[in-house]
Parts: sequence; C-alpha cells; structure tokens
Amino acid sequence: MRPDLLILTIFLVVLTYSPVALASPPPDEQMVDPGMEIRARELYRDLRCVVCQSQSIDESNAALAADMRDKVRQRLLAGDSNAEVLAWVRERYGDYVLMTPPLQANTLFLWLLPFIALIGGGAVLVSFVRRQARQAGIRMDGEDEAELARLRDEEGQS
Amino acid sequence: MNRVFLFLPLAIFIVMGVYFALGLREDPSSIPSRMIDRPLPVFDLPGIAEGEPGFSNADLDGQVALVNVFGSWCPPCEIEHPMLMQISRSGRVPIFGVDWRDEPGAGAAWLARNGNPYQRVGDDPEGDLAFELGITGAPETFLIDRQGRVRFHHVGVIDETVWRDTLLPMIEALEVE
Repeated sequence: MRPDLLILTIFLVVLTYSPVALASPPPDEQMVDPGMEIRARELYRDLRCVVCQSQSIDESNAALAADMRDKVRQRLLAGDSNAEVLAWVRERYGDYVLMTPPLQANTLFLWLLPFIALIGGGAVLVSFVRRQARQAGIRMDGEDEAELARLRDEEGQS
Repeated sequence: MNRVFLFLPLAIFIVMGVYFALGLREDPSSIPSRMIDRPLPVFDLPGIAEGEPGFSNADLDGQVALVNVFGSWCPPCEIEHPMLMQISRSGRVPIFGVDWRDEPGAGAAWLARNGNPYQRVGDDPEGDLAFELGITGAPETFLIDRQGRVRFHHVGVIDETVWRDTLLPMIEALEVE
C-alpha cells in the first residue's frame, strides 16, 4: 500500500472510532469489578443528564453528569440493585431523569400512540385496497366493450 | 362523508401546531421540582473556610428562609449576587448558602471579594446535598417555611422581578401561616 494511502486509512479509522472513545467514561471512573462496571454503564445509559437533557449521563461530559455517575457507583457499591438505583435517582430528579419514560397514567398516550397509529393506518390501507379491488372487479357491459374495441382499433392495437 | 376525511390531515396539523406553539413558550431547562412541600433532607455541611461555621438543618429552625445554591465558578451567580446582597441588607428574610462543587477556599475568596449575603454557608464540594435537592445547575434557590419544608424552588437567577413578584409575596404569606 502506498504510504499516503496508509496514512489516510489510519486517519479515517481513528476519525470513525473517536466518538466511541470519547463516549466511554474516563479511566478513573472505571469500577474495579467488571460485572459492576457493566451494570454501571447500563444505568448511565438509562439516566438523563439534567443539564444537557438530550444526552444520557453515559454520553455527557458535563460536571453534573460526572457527579451523577459517581452517585450511581456509590449506590452499586452499597449493594443496590439496578432498579433500586434508578428509583433512588428518580426520587430526587423525577420521571424526567429516566431516558425511558415509565408506563403510567400520564404517559399512557405516549406509549399507545404508535399502536394507535399502526392500527389506524392499517385500517385506512385495508379499506383503500378493498375499494380498489371492488372497482377492478366491476364487469364491463356491452357498450363499454364496444368503446374499448373502438379505442384499441384507433391506437392500432388488436 | 369522504370529503370530510380529506380535512383530517389539516385538523391534525392544526392540533399539533397549537400544541407545539404552546411548547415553545415553556422553558425546557426547568424540570418540575420534586422538593415542593417536602422537608429538606437532613444535612450538616462544614464551613467553607477554616474556622467558619457550617450549615445544617438546625440553623434554619423555625424561620422562613431562602437557601441559595451557588458556586464561585458560576457566572449567573455573579449576576445574581447584588440582588442577594440587597435582600440581605434589607433584612427581610435570612439567606443561607450552599457552596456547590467549589475548590477548597474558592467560595470563601469569592464571598470575601463580592460580599457575603448569607447567614451561614455550607460547603458541598462533592454535590451530595445538591443531589439530594435535585439541583440541575446554579444558582437555584429554595424557599423554606417554618416547618423546614420546601415551598418554592426557583431555578436560575433571582432578579428584582422574581423577588418582588414571586418570592416576597410568598414569604409574606408563609410568615403569617
């Protein structure tokens, strides 16, 4: 491989993977127990960064997100289950802090909307296709038959 | 009948348009506080400098008060500061400070430079109390009633308008409660 192409390739590979590298928490945040670390990362992805809002605390490098990750690790070390950690954070920051909205009275519509849209859209589609099929099935009478033959003749078709 | 259905997309568009237009008026950075009508968590923060008193629940006992979360690193706190000084000078309501995520000594130096509007200031370098309070940024201010419950949570800078139109009327109401 030509050296300039090699450099370009390396450059592109590094560029492609750098967001992944940036997304992992810094080494001083890694938990000693690898199993715990996996659970911690799972929880980070479930929790919203309350200053950046569209990011989870796993992605965010805001100071508050770092604090929240630290609190999550403390709870895990204290022996909390994943659900207990989430409930603990939710107690302080509300439903908003969860990346997945919980299924409850005020989110019912949110959760059901895709299914309502699917069923509604399906109903429209079925009725449309049925109507098309019905129209295609209409038999031609003698007069239409003669008109069609005349038009075909005119176009030189047989 | 079919003609009526033709207007359905328009109707959906109008409903969504109204909904989004209302949504634009809301401030996305203010999330509903979980603290309203709840007692403050139990805390006992150390002082921000050697020999300075700290800040704990006991300091609030029985009075209507403001608890203000700030940091020397926080530009909006700098903007808010003169207003807090003015409230403090008026003696209308005691203000207590929580110095959030500051380097050792930075909060004390900042107060020495800008003036200290607080009765007591507690140091919260790791954000432990801030987390219990559901803080999303500084400055944030809690209005505490005589029973030590949070009655109002203000996110952002307290300016003349917030003080006059929101906080002061609430304080007056709480004092006669």
